[in-house]
Amino acid sequence: MSAVLLIAEFDTSGLKNATRQSVRAAQSWNLPVDVLVLGPANAAVLEQAQKLAGVRRVLHANAAHLAHPSAEDAAKLLQSLAADYSVVMAPHTSQGKNILPRFAALQDVGMVSEALEINAPNSYVRPIYAGNLLATVDNKPGLQVLTVRASRWKAVETDGNAEVAQIAAPAADSRVRWISVDHAGGERPELSSARVVVSGGRSLGSAEKFEATLGPLATQLGAALGATRAAVDAGYAPNDIQVGQTGTIVAPELYIAMGVSGAIQHLAGIKDSRVIVAVNIDPDAMIFQVADYGLVADLFDVAPELTAALQK
Amino acid sequence: MKVLVALKRVVDYNVRVRPKADGSGVETAGVKMSVNPFDENAIEEALRLKEAGKATEIVAVSLGNAGAQEGLRHALAMGVDRVIHGEAGDDLDSLAVAKLLKAVVAAEQPQLVLLGKQAIDDDAGQTAQMLAALLDWPQAVAVSKLTVEGNAATVVREIDGGTETLNIDLPAVISADLRLNDPRFVKLPNLMMAKKKPIGAIDLSAVAAAPSLKTLKVAEPPPRKAGVKVNSVAELVDKLKNEAGVL
Repeated sequence: MSAVLLIAEFDTSGLKNATRQSVRAAQSWNLPVDVLVLGPANAAVLEQAQKLAGVRRVLHANAAHLAHPSAEDAAKLLQSLAADYSVVMAPHTSQGKNILPRFAALQDVGMVSEALEINAPNSYVRPIYAGNLLATVDNKPGLQVLTVRASRWKAVETDGNAEVAQIAAPAADSRVRWISVDHAGGERPELSSARVVVSGGRSLGSAEKFEATLGPLATQLGAALGATRAAVDAGYAPNDIQVGQTGTIVAPELYIAMGVSGAIQHLAGIKDSRVIVAVNIDPDAMIFQVADYGLVADLFDVAPELTAALQK
Repeated sequence: MKVLVALKRVVDYNVRVRPKADGSGVETAGVKMSVNPFDENAIEEALRLKEAGKATEIVAVSLGNAGAQEGLRHALAMGVDRVIHGEAGDDLDSLAVAKLLKAVVAAEQPQLVLLGKQAIDDDAGQTAQMLAALLDWPQAVAVSKLTVEGNAATVVREIDGGTETLNIDLPAVISADLRLNDPRFVKLPNLMMAKKKPIGAIDLSAVAAAPSLKTLKVAEPPPRKAGVKVNSVAELVDKLKNEAGVL
């Protein structure tokens, strides 16, 4: 019987919300949904996976070499399971992006990246040009391979009771050796999945002023820091926090743009944010055209005032 | 070591793209085109490998209509040794591109294929992984640091919330992230010289590479409606708390 296989995302703190949201997306086909847990996972992760409402089985590939699964190993594992599934999918995360294209090519099928809508069995809406346009795309009938923008779906309930099945994994590909992982950003949340993002533009003036002005506000809000390409090019912010078409595309609950003019490629990276706040001294700045709340003022006055107001 | 760089010519990242009037695709007539920014990072990294004595020859390939040759001229002006144009349709999906590139790899026998992590037009981000799968080579995706030592490469790749370091055997397929390097500016004399250099061709008409994906419609997303102006920080905080409910 055909079914949907979803690759779970988790870390040491448990199953990620993207997995819960993706289960809802996986239900688009009205087929049984199985969740694949790659590598050694603690008991809490398996338990949380079991409780995902609407999930039939949790497949646990508990092999040490899948602790940081290489695309080579994960794709081979998926190949060994593929005969039982008509859909193989994952959230559009670095893991899904790494593994699924390799798997799709091994199966000789096309793949849909970052589906925003699923019209089962094989039609999708997905963003192109950094979300400036939406494309309706049909994949060939047969095995469907895709990643989804998980935040487009509501997380499923946690009252399920799926069985856990231990599955065997093919041997590790010795040509690929995992060395280490480095989680950047320290205390601040990860930019691409942060609930709140505070970002700054070139008007911050220097790297020191960037951190001194926006850092306390971000800390107060538990927000990730972002920057425009202009601010990054000027050396005011590290390039791994660049938000926009060529940087990170974000869709937080709250996006606060401080001294951001609103270049097209930056707007492309923030337009799916739920609420956008813009603070800019220039009343004609493009950013105001997309902002839910605009404040025409000097960001150097607003940032400390806003930080203080939020402390109350 | 021979390095093959694959590049795509795309609508320039500064252009505001629009759907065609009939919604069948993206309007590209009269629009400024450039080499995909991530592919420029791939070209730059290949050049640096050669300058460091790690690579002996850099070959750039681009697939598509005659316009692809403009991108190859840019690669020549940046300093690649040789370029190849593979004539192909403009409805290719990533799997089709990977199949065509596999044929180019078979003809050129590189030890390393470098390309951008994604093209900024279709944003699929699949070609490197698919090519690696078809070749049965190791892959490293979204790489921000590359060190080649003998028959292996150590790569730092961008992952959600940080980086991951891998060591992989060559031959391999590696896709470049923006942070890998700052591509050099092309100087006008180099561009003039590049215009005189030959553009090689490879006949890929015998490669079975029918696309699996079909684009039925392209549309603009519903626009964000402009919001309201507030007059003070206090009013802003109040709106965020009581109206938007995000604080």
